[in-house]
Amino acid sequence: MKAIKYTGLLIFLTGLAIFTASLFLGSFELTQENLDTFTQEKGIESEVLKTKLTERLVGKEYGTSFEMSSGIITALEEANAVHKEKQEWDKVVWEKPHSFSFGIVKKAGKGILKDNPGMMWFLTFGLGILGALLFILPNYVLLGPAGIKNNGIYHQSSTNRGLIAWLVLVYLVSFYLLLYFRADYVVNWTFILDPISRALNGGEASQWFVYGFLYCTIMVTMAVRMYIKYRHNKYQMIRTTSVLFFQIVFAFLIPEIMTSLNMPGYDFKNAFPLDYDFFFEWNLDTLTESGAIGLFILVWGIVLTLIIVPVMVYFFGKRWYCSWVCGCGGLAETLGDPYRQHSNKTMKAWKLERWLIHSVLVFSLVMTLVTLYCYFSGTDAFLGIKSQWIKDTYSFLIGAWFAGVIGTGFYPIFGNRVWCRFGCPLAAYLGLVQRFKSRFRITTNGGQCISCGNCSTYCEQGIDVRAYAQKGENIIRSSCVGCGICSAVCPRGVLKLENGPLDGRINPTDVLLGNDVDLMDYVNNKKSS
Amino acid sequence: MQLFLAFAKAKTTTHLMEEHIVIIGNGISGVTTARHIRKLSDKKITIISAETDHFFSRTALMYIYMGHMKYEHTKPYEDYFWKKNRIDLKRAFVQIVDHANKQLQFADGTSMAYDKLVLAVGSKPNKFGWPGQDLKGVQGMYSKQDLDLLEKNAPDNKTCNRAVIVGGGLIGIELAEMLHSRDIPVTFLVRESSFWSGVLPEGESAMLNRHIKNNHIDLRLNTNLKEILSDENGHARAVVIAETGEELPCTVVGLTAGVSPNIDFLKDSGIELGRGIKVNPMLETNIPDIYAIGDCAEQHEGINGRRPIEAVWYTGRMMGETLAQTICGNPLPYNPGHWFNSAKFIDIEYQTYGWVYSKPREGETHFHWKHEDDTKCITINTETATGKFIGINNFGIRMRHEIFDRWLTEERSTDYVMEHLKDANFDPEFYTLFEKDIVAHYNKTYNKDIRVKSKSWARIFSRA
Repeated sequence: MKAIKYTGLLIFLTGLAIFTASLFLGSFELTQENLDTFTQEKGIESEVLKTKLTERLVGKEYGTSFEMSSGIITALEEANAVHKEKQEWDKVVWEKPHSFSFGIVKKAGKGILKDNPGMMWFLTFGLGILGALLFILPNYVLLGPAGIKNNGIYHQSSTNRGLIAWLVLVYLVSFYLLLYFRADYVVNWTFILDPISRALNGGEASQWFVYGFLYCTIMVTMAVRMYIKYRHNKYQMIRTTSVLFFQIVFAFLIPEIMTSLNMPGYDFKNAFPLDYDFFFEWNLDTLTESGAIGLFILVWGIVLTLIIVPVMVYFFGKRWYCSWVCGCGGLAETLGDPYRQHSNKTMKAWKLERWLIHSVLVFSLVMTLVTLYCYFSGTDAFLGIKSQWIKDTYSFLIGAWFAGVIGTGFYPIFGNRVWCRFGCPLAAYLGLVQRFKSRFRITTNGGQCISCGNCSTYCEQGIDVRAYAQKGENIIRSSCVGCGICSAVCPRGVLKLENGPLDGRINPTDVLLGNDVDLMDYVNNKKSS
Repeated sequence: MQLFLAFAKAKTTTHLMEEHIVIIGNGISGVTTARHIRKLSDKKITIISAETDHFFSRTALMYIYMGHMKYEHTKPYEDYFWKKNRIDLKRAFVQIVDHANKQLQFADGTSMAYDKLVLAVGSKPNKFGWPGQDLKGVQGMYSKQDLDLLEKNAPDNKTCNRAVIVGGGLIGIELAEMLHSRDIPVTFLVRESSFWSGVLPEGESAMLNRHIKNNHIDLRLNTNLKEILSDENGHARAVVIAETGEELPCTVVGLTAGVSPNIDFLKDSGIELGRGIKVNPMLETNIPDIYAIGDCAEQHEGINGRRPIEAVWYTGRMMGETLAQTICGNPLPYNPGHWFNSAKFIDIEYQTYGWVYSKPREGETHFHWKHEDDTKCITINTETATGKFIGINNFGIRMRHEIFDRWLTEERSTDYVMEHLKDANFDPEFYTLFEKDIVAHYNKTYNKDIRVKSKSWARIFSRA
C-alpha cells in the first residue's frame, strides 16, 4: 500500500513538473493575418501601434511567451507614448499591458501544446490526477478503521510548516502572481485546455478558464481525500459533496454554458460583496443589454444579497454559504483541509481579524456606493473619490492580492481560511447576522469538556473553541463557518452544530458544571445581579 | 519617576495586606481554584509546579505523541493570561510543608510563606513492586516528563520494535493507541478476563476487546506480569508472563495499572493521609488553612455514591470552583451532582450519565442494545421494582449531558427515557439515529409498547 502511495506521489510530481515545464515548450510566431485579426477584434485605431507591432513581431519566432510579451509591451508603450504626447487620447490603449499581450501571444503559439493538446492534457492534468489519487486512495487502508486519524500531522514537513510546506507556498504564490499579473506568460496552459473550452463554450480557453478547470479538478481530487478521511462522519460527507456540486455546476459549468448561448456568464451563487464587481459599470451595462436573462441576473443578485443570504443565515448560520456553497470555502475545505491547523488562535489574531474583515466590508461598500453614484449621475467621482481609482485599488489589493495570492497561496503556513477569516466582505456581513440574529450555535455538552484542545487546534477560523467549551458555554462566533471539524475531532462528544431556538442560544456561564448547587437559583442570581 | 515609585510602593503594600494563597500543582484543580479566586477577590495567588511552567491539559498528552497537536496546543490559556490576571507562577519542587510556620520549603533550599495552602498535587502511576519495574525503558504515562521519556524510548518502530503495556484501564488503552499510531507493535496485558470489566458491563467490555484486536493490538486477557528482564545495560529487554512463563521481548514497558495520589512528600507533614490527603466536604484537611483538591484529595466518605478519591478531570475542576468560593468567604461544600464521565477507546467514544455498574447490583436490571456494526451500544440501568432510571452507558452515540442530568434529578423512569430518547441525542447532524432500533429492542425485551417521541426543542430547553 505504501508503495502505491509513493508511486502516486512520484507520478503526481512528474505531472506537476511537466505542467510547470510546459510554460517553456513550443514557440511563438505571429503572422500578419493573425495580427490583423487581433487588432480588428480589439478595435485598435492606432496605426502607430499596428506598425510597431508588425515591425517588432511579424515573422519572428520566439522561444518563449516571456520574450514575445516583452516585445509586445515595448511596442505598446512606445505607441502609447507617441499618442499621449500628441494628446490623441482615444488612440491610447488603456488596457493593462500583460492582458493586452495575452491576446497576441495566444494567437502566436505553435508547437506541441497546440498540436497535441490531448497528449499534453494527459501528461499534465492526467498524471496529476492519477498520481494524486494513487497517493490518496491507499489511505482507506493505511489510516486504519474509520475515525479521526490525524496521526503524524505535526510530524510531517508538509503539514507542520516544514520545508515542503514553504515550497508549496512559493509555488502557489508564484502561480497566483502569474495568473493575476502575467497572464501572457501562462498562455501555454490555455492551449492544453482549448479543446475542452471549445466543447463547453465554443471559444478558446482564457487564463480564467484554466483557473476554473484547475480549481474544479483540484477540488474533486482532494474531495476524494475528504471522503476517505471523514467516511465515518456524514456531516462531512454531505458537506463535501455540496461544495463540489456548487463549484462544478454553479461556478464552472453554468457560466460556461451561458457564454456559449451568448448570455453573460454568471455564477448564480456568487453573492455581492464577495462578487465585488457585480455593481461595476461594465457588468451593469452587460446585464442591462442582455435582455430578460440580464434583468433576471440583476434582480437575483440583489435579492441574493439582501434577502436570501441573511434569511438563510438566520435559519442555518453562515455555514450554509461558507462551507456548503462558496467556491473559496470549497477549495479551503478540500485542498486546504491538510492545513486547517495553522490558523492562529491567539487573542491578537482575533483582534486583527475583526479590524481587518470589517474594514474590507466597509471598503467594498464605499467602492460600490461611489461606483453606483457615478454610474447613475454620469460623473467620475463621488465624495472626492474617483470611481476608477477605487475600483482598481480594490481589485488589486483585495480581489487579486488578498483573495488570491494570500488567500490561497498562504494555505500551507497560515491555514486554509486566511481570506475567509480576515478578508472576505461577504463573510463579514454573514458573520454580523450570525452573531446577532441566527438560530445556529455550537452547543457545548454540559461539563464533558476535558480541555484537550483538539477543537481549537483544528478550527480553520482560528476560534479558540476550547475557551468556550471548557466553561460549558455555547460557541456563538461571527467567524464560525460551521465546517463541523471541532465536533468531529472532539474525543468526548462535547460539541454539536445545531440550529435551535434563539432563547437559550447564548447560555449562562459561570455555572459550576455538574456541581450540585441549585443551578436555577444560581442563574437567576446572576441575571438579577 | 517619583510618582511611579510611590505608586509601585502603594501597590506592594496592598499586596502585602492581601492574603497569600499558595497552590501546589498547576493542573486543572489548582488552576481552576486560582482563576476563581481571582474572579472573586484581589488576593495574592501563587501557583507552584515542578512539572511545567504553564498549565496544560494532561488529557491531551497522548495527542502530542500521536502528532495531532503540539505542546502549545494543550495549553488552555495563552502565556500572557497569568500575568494579566495577577497569578504568579513558580517552577519549583516543594519538599516540606511546614504548617506550624505556614511555610513551604523547596528542593533548592529556598522557602515561601503562605496564608492559605491548596494542595492540588495530582497523581502518580501505580507500581506494584514488579521485579524490574525501575529499569530503563519502563515507564508510566501520566506527566509531561513521561511523554518526553516516551518520545525518547519509542520515537519509532526501529528504536522500539515492541512495547508491552501492563494494566487494562483508560491510560493503558491510550498508551496502546499512541504506540500503535507510530506502527509500534503493542502487546497489552490485562489482568481481568475482559478489558475494563471492573467498570463496564460485559457486553460493552467484550465489544471493546474486539475493537482493540481489530486495531492490531495484541490484547492478552487474564494475563499478569511476573517480571521485567534487563539487558546488560539495565534496559528492559523482555517481560515474563506470570501464567505461562512466556517471555515477550520488548524495549518499552508501559506501566498503566492505575494512579494513586502523589503525596509522598507529605508523609511527615502532620497532614492526615490515607491513600490520599484526607479532606472533609469543605475540602479542608485536618490542618487549618490547608486544603486539598483534585486527584490527591480523599473524602472521608464518598459523596453521592462516588468514590472517596476521584481522579477525573471535571471533579478536579468542580473542587477548584467550590474551594475558591470557600476561600473567598462564601463557604461551599463540595457537592458533585449526578455522576457522569466520558472516554474514547481508539475510535469508540464513551459517555456515561448516572450509575451503571459492571454487574447490576441487587434490585437493578441492565438493558443492553448493540448495533450490528459492533462499534455502538448502550446499557441502561433500571431499578427493577420501580422502573426508575439509574444510569446509561453509551458507546459510539453521543448523548446530551443536560438532558440526562435533568432526568436523573426528576427521577424519571426508564420508560420515560426511552420515549424521549431523541431529545438526548447529541450526534452530529445527518448521523443515522438509532432510537427506533433501541426502543424496538427495549419493547421486545420487556414486552412493552413505547413509541419514541420526535425531538422537541421545547423539552430540551425547558428548565424544570
